[in-house]
Amino acid sequence: MYVIVAGGGKVGFYLAKELVEHGHEVLVVESDARRAAEIEAQLGSIVMCGPADEARVLRDAGAERADLVCAVTGDDEDNLVICQVAKARFHASRVIARINNPKNAEIFHKLGIDDTVSATDVVLSVIEQELPRQHLIPLLRLRHTDVEVVEAIVEEGSTIAGRRLRDVALPKPCTIAVILRDDAVIFPEPDTPILIGDALIAFTTSENEGPLRKALLGE
Amino acid sequence: MFVIIMGCGRVGARVASAMSRGGHEVLILDVNASAFDRLDADFGGTTVVGNGIDMDVLRRIGIERADAFLACTQGDNRNIMASQIAQHIFNVSKVVTRIYDPLRQDTFKALGLEAISSTVIAADRFIEVLDPDLVQEGLAVDRA
Repeated sequence: MYVIVAGGGKVGFYLAKELVEHGHEVLVVESDARRAAEIEAQLGSIVMCGPADEARVLRDAGAERADLVCAVTGDDEDNLVICQVAKARFHASRVIARINNPKNAEIFHKLGIDDTVSATDVVLSVIEQELPRQHLIPLLRLRHTDVEVVEAIVEEGSTIAGRRLRDVALPKPCTIAVILRDDAVIFPEPDTPILIGDALIAFTTSENEGPLRKALLGE
Repeated sequence: MFVIIMGCGRVGARVASAMSRGGHEVLILDVNASAFDRLDADFGGTTVVGNGIDMDVLRRIGIERADAFLACTQGDNRNIMASQIAQHIFNVSKVVTRIYDPLRQDTFKALGLEAISSTVIAADRFIEVLDPDLVQEGLAVDRA
């Protein structure tokens, strides 16, 4: 397989190294001459110096016959343009873009780049698996008292999602003071419904923290 | 007309100040707050610190009701990406992009964007002053 790796940072370097070890034909395109020389010293003559987002450079790199173009620079906008040029002008069989902002996956998809990889997303998913999902976040303790302000996020599958506040059995004493919903701040009435994604800000005593968690999050 | 301008460099600031003086609603975006010093002292528009290739930022500043979007940061690719977001995701009807590198003009065209290369415009103007015949003979074309 012929693979063009655009961007010779750490990701590009190790990607190229692995691909070479697996017997693939690889060309790293790196715009910084010093970095290009460093890679060449370590991996051999598989480096081309130039900006990979320019059509001329991609043409010289042989994008037309590439089986795969991986855009792995540190800048999402550069990776987008590299993939778009490789696809639109040189009909590269397959393009993969590295993204830093996980929300760019949606933008890239809408702009025709379907394969994206986000390290941020990978780390996030590991964190989410390892942390107990349902927990109260302590925000602050009121001075000289036993009263705490905590936040609870209403997750999918919550037993209180869709119920009105009056129908939620809260331990006493305890008050849900504010609901943060998207960008809105809601001071809830008894009839205010609780929706998935809401952040409930509650005042409670330390003693009642456990029962409150159970009431709000079903733990 | 509600115009969003991304990048408050010399060009962005100049366009923003002029559009605002001309009675348009202007919002200018830059990642660096000190960039807004370039605006007219009595600039009547809105300044927002933020990154124009972040969809959350664009939504928050009201791109959904924008009539026009101008991308003129220092980075060609940043401008390309922001313009595509404005045009293809938020359907802004008038989108225009400043680019430095004439070689990227082809990329822009292939992506259906309207781009103005300040490099080409300035070079053509210089050639016109130095040797007007070249322009008339059509020799001052971009051969990239």
